[in-house]
Amino acid sequence: MPLAAAITDLDLLKGHPSLARLLAWNRNAVQEAKFDREEMSIYIEQASIVEACALLRDDPDCPFNFLSDVTCVDWYPSEPRFEVVYHLLSIPNKERVRLKVRLSGNGPTLESLTPIWPAANYFEREVFDLFGIRFSGHPYLRRLLMPEDWEGHPLRKDYPVEGYR
Amino acid sequence: MAHLNPMPVLDREQDRTMILNMGPQHPSTHGVLRVILEIDGENVVRIMPDIGFLHTGIEKTCEAKFYQQVVPLTDRIDYLCPLTNNLCYVLAVEKLLGLEIPPKAQWMRVLLNELTRINSHLVWLGTHAMDIGALTVFLYCFREREDILRLFEAVSGQRMMTSYFRVGGLALPPPLDFFGRVRGFAKTFPSKVDEYENLLTNNPIWTMRTKGVATITAEDAIALGASGPTLRGSGVDFDLRRDMPYSGYENFKFRVPTAKEGDVFARYQCRVQELRESIGIVQQALDGMPEGPIKADAPKVVLPDREKMKTQMEALIYHFKIITEGFAVPEGEVYQAVESPRGEMGYYIVSDGTAKPYRVHMRAACLANMQTLPKMCEGRLLADVVAAIGSIDIVLGEIDR
Repeated sequence: MPLAAAITDLDLLKGHPSLARLLAWNRNAVQEAKFDREEMSIYIEQASIVEACALLRDDPDCPFNFLSDVTCVDWYPSEPRFEVVYHLLSIPNKERVRLKVRLSGNGPTLESLTPIWPAANYFEREVFDLFGIRFSGHPYLRRLLMPEDWEGHPLRKDYPVEGYR
Repeated sequence: MAHLNPMPVLDREQDRTMILNMGPQHPSTHGVLRVILEIDGENVVRIMPDIGFLHTGIEKTCEAKFYQQVVPLTDRIDYLCPLTNNLCYVLAVEKLLGLEIPPKAQWMRVLLNELTRINSHLVWLGTHAMDIGALTVFLYCFREREDILRLFEAVSGQRMMTSYFRVGGLALPPPLDFFGRVRGFAKTFPSKVDEYENLLTNNPIWTMRTKGVATITAEDAIALGASGPTLRGSGVDFDLRRDMPYSGYENFKFRVPTAKEGDVFARYQCRVQELRESIGIVQQALDGMPEGPIKADAPKVVLPDREKMKTQMEALIYHFKIITEGFAVPEGEVYQAVESPRGEMGYYIVSDGTAKPYRVHMRAACLANMQTLPKMCEGRLLADVVAAIGSIDIVLGEIDR
């Protein structure tokens, strides 16, 4: 079964509940969208991510009420270096959407989602720990998995697999 | 991990409270969980789980391996349900490749996954009951668990770290007497669940220790990212196997047990009912097991049979290429979630078009479930902390990865 090509045209994707809602709210907050392998990814502008998540969570038709996951991808050495990835799930509608935010490698900071979903607490701590992305407004932004005195952020691509010796 | 600053969050201004450290070496923390408790007499004022003692950097290691080499690593994440991890990973890679899996392989995957769920729930039930003081149940549960481990050994050669699923199908065909043995197990197992229930469900000590203890509402459970029995025990009727089916689960009929109360007993009931439902699915998989190949027809991805490899030049070349160079996966990203015994297990894989994954991230159900602990325990008795930790069925290997 050959893979279908990814759809990136916003007009073709307008039917997806999450994208329709976001476009109706603020066209400028949506940078681009991609429908690939039956999965919807939406790139959100950095400053709007919390509002966009709140909007999707409280959507009356298709509430994305469950934060499945927060993680990050490091595209070192290209810029913008980081992509923070949010996976949202709508338990009533059984629908998923992936929101992504591009962040520069120079002092990456993003607003915390903890006011929207307390679940973001550990997820964001993990991203901070392993990628060094700061989440402003996080109640307790400390390392989660690595020891407190650890230097560096191990999942960054410029961090060697065997660690620094 | 908060090694250097042992008391980072808790408030020391009040004189009446005391800080109590529990773990990382504590029998009821199921591994190496450390919990920092602020207690006022017997009442828990605050609770802070401290994790990371079992962090092995599996996500980083995956980035240095070929796609097929990651499979054994996934076993080690959640060591109580290795086959569920295998399944989630291979489904994600198959989705990236756009690979179609033959029905027999899908049904075998479902069958083994449900056996894994039973295996995991048995360990949970035994240890959880032991934490609360019912020692006998442990011996009963491990008796049946041993049967399942023998089945795993028969099919994969390994009792625990099975690595039996491969991208594109299964590693080996199941041995000849395998289905008969599973059938024998499926026949006797429901009566064994009755035995566990006889020991616990109406046991007054058990109900006193579990009913109304460590409650959590559906809203809180959703907001905190809880999934699996932790979520269903609070009355949210959601199961990925039924609601977003994968690997042919749409062909099976089963009930999704839920309970409204949101306490330890509700989660216990959900899991015990799941034991019965899972054995029903195993039965259906045995009855309807399709015939046919166990590997997809994709010579560039799936290793050839040993026989062919030794007799056909082409198969030998493919074997050599896959082992030495891996197989390239088209660019893209997928998030594949499956219902593990503990909740939503998800694999997020990013491919840059090479033979090694650019990024592998595991969404650990336990990590999110663990966040419900403060909501469950704060304002309650210290002794209930042990019941609460047991009731969310933590596996530290999965939390810390």
